[in-house]
Amino acid sequence: MTDKAKKTKSTKIVKSSISRRQFTAGVAAVGAAASVGPWYIKNARAANPLKVGVLLPRSGGQAQIGIDCQRGADAALPILKDLGYPELKFMLADFETKVDVARTQTAKLIDEGAQIIVGAFDSGATMAAAQVCEQRNIPLVVNIAAVPKLTGMGLQWVFRNFPHGPMIVKDAFINQKALFKMTGHTPKTVTLMHVNDTFGSSLAGALFKLAPKFKMPYKIVEKISYDPYGRDLSAEVRKAKASGGEALWVVSRLNDAIMMTKEMVKQRFEPMGIMSTGPGWYDQEYMKATGKFGDDVVSLVPWHDSNKPLSKTLEAYFAKHHPDRQVNPNHTYTFEGIMIAADAYKRAGSTNAKTLQAALRTTNITNNVTTAERIAFEPNGQNKYVKNSAVQNRGGKNLVILPQSAAVAKPIWPMRGWKKRG
Amino acid sequence: MDFWTLANALATGLLTGLVYGLSALGLSVIFGVIRIVNFAHGEIMVMGMFFALIMFRWLGLDPLLSIPLAAAILFVFGYALQSTVISRVAHLPDHMQFLLLAAIAVMIVNGSLLIFGPDPQAINISYSFDSFDIGEDLIIDKSRAYAAIAAVAISGLLLGFFKYSRTGKAIRACADNYLGAQVVGLKVDHLYALTFGIGAACLGAAGCVLLLLIEVHPYLAPGYTLLAFVIVIIGGLGSMTGALVGGILIGMSEALAAIVFQPSMKSAFSFGLLILVLLLRPQGLMGKSIK
Repeated sequence: MTDKAKKTKSTKIVKSSISRRQFTAGVAAVGAAASVGPWYIKNARAANPLKVGVLLPRSGGQAQIGIDCQRGADAALPILKDLGYPELKFMLADFETKVDVARTQTAKLIDEGAQIIVGAFDSGATMAAAQVCEQRNIPLVVNIAAVPKLTGMGLQWVFRNFPHGPMIVKDAFINQKALFKMTGHTPKTVTLMHVNDTFGSSLAGALFKLAPKFKMPYKIVEKISYDPYGRDLSAEVRKAKASGGEALWVVSRLNDAIMMTKEMVKQRFEPMGIMSTGPGWYDQEYMKATGKFGDDVVSLVPWHDSNKPLSKTLEAYFAKHHPDRQVNPNHTYTFEGIMIAADAYKRAGSTNAKTLQAALRTTNITNNVTTAERIAFEPNGQNKYVKNSAVQNRGGKNLVILPQSAAVAKPIWPMRGWKKRG
Repeated sequence: MDFWTLANALATGLLTGLVYGLSALGLSVIFGVIRIVNFAHGEIMVMGMFFALIMFRWLGLDPLLSIPLAAAILFVFGYALQSTVISRVAHLPDHMQFLLLAAIAVMIVNGSLLIFGPDPQAINISYSFDSFDIGEDLIIDKSRAYAAIAAVAISGLLLGFFKYSRTGKAIRACADNYLGAQVVGLKVDHLYALTFGIGAACLGAAGCVLLLLIEVHPYLAPGYTLLAFVIVIIGGLGSMTGALVGGILIGMSEALAAIVFQPSMKSAFSFGLLILVLLLRPQGLMGKSIK
């Protein structure tokens, strides 16, 4: 035997020399660790709540909506705790209603330890946040954002529990047809006004693309886009009036909804009805600012189902903590966004991003608040079950008029003239 | 597009332009005399709007009736700001003055947020939703008409003050020849503070007038600061009549752009007009050329 061969043999012997005592001690140690493990992991989870980055426009032009969304997130904490979901820790971020700030704020949230992001209300900002989440491998649960390509370009870390533009438009068409049929009044022409941002443009684009497919009984005679930061909408309303559309379809935000209504009254522009596909027109602030003139507007938007048990819990929470506000989509979809994150964490049992992503893919929540029959995601990250309702403003309240299964009131259509409102 | 649609748009543009002109007047007055570019312009105007809002909520006072009080309060604010803070940086390079005014703007926005919150707040007065009918097809919004009348009256008062009053003449003397004004014994520091106070008072009045037309929220200001810059550059920096002319031009061009092209093109038209003026008449339509 050569020296090298001897050395090799000796090494082998050393490697395999485990005594019975050492083996027994090892088995005991493994057994002890195994028995303590679940307790340790369970307590580690309780001691380390999931860090949820809540990205919203808390300042800038959409500040009031971002703050309204936060009310939904705040409601989630006590309600989800009562439902047995694990503890969450919010990390709040403000993207100042600026897309570039959304990008930097998302990166900052992740740098500071956010394990999942929920947001961001605005389509453009959500697209920016999605790109960062995709690069950094952190899940993004979209509360509100309708731009179709968010779930149409193969992103692996984006999960959207909100209808995209074509889904909103499709449901809007269905609800419009039902509304016209129920009331016996169908407009032959419609004028479309939309805010010229990512949300407004994508929705208006989807509307034009899908209208022929649905064989709508009207023709869109004019498409008027306007600046989201417009100071004055008198010319826009004048143009809409001059277009001769029998009904007005709007895709807008809050401030412009108020300005538009005032201008319509002042310019005596009385269409058959106002249909909105977007925020603003159902807001409490809108109804407060416009009073009786805000009545009869029909919003074709994702809404909650008041008959669901969790909706009743959420409504009770708002009645107690925000008695001046009714539950609206800003609240419900942000609430559900937080619930989706908590549910994924509960099932994953870990804050590891990959594990959370896998858990999000298998989400199946049936105890929810919106009209969606369940929350479950397609491989592209879209919840295909989300649906729209038709909600009409009446005396400062939002009443569901369609679908009939969730309706609490009969529609007023055509809308009452400005001078016929008491 | 029919004639009446165009006529209605132009009438609205003219009335809106007069209000824009009043809001830009404060910037022009301050720059014309003190040579300081007020980056807190829009924010001071929003203070005036919030003041009118408070008066309406507490006392039910029409914003037009709040004008004297808002102007008086913001005059004191402007006077104090100039004499205690801005005067100390007047000798420093321009960029340091800009930063100071920008910092004041940020403080005003955040203060407003703390006090009033981020939600837009509107007032509903008896004529908020009313219009005048002139003939069969010309409809003039009452709020806009009253706002424009108030804007013209305030601008007239201001122009009269600078042209005919002793103090106004003294302020103009400071603007024309700083050293000469000192030599003849004018209290330049006091007159500068007075000018800033008058500029701020003008913004307070503009804020009250503007509340008739739009909702107020703390983030409204930057858009109006930018608009005022566009207007005074078109009209001529430092020229008061130029500010009014610039305001009318912007109001009418925006209204026309919205009707003839697309409303989303309004801002493009304002800035297009600005570029055109800068290319063809850099001193502005009513400004004096610098040799």
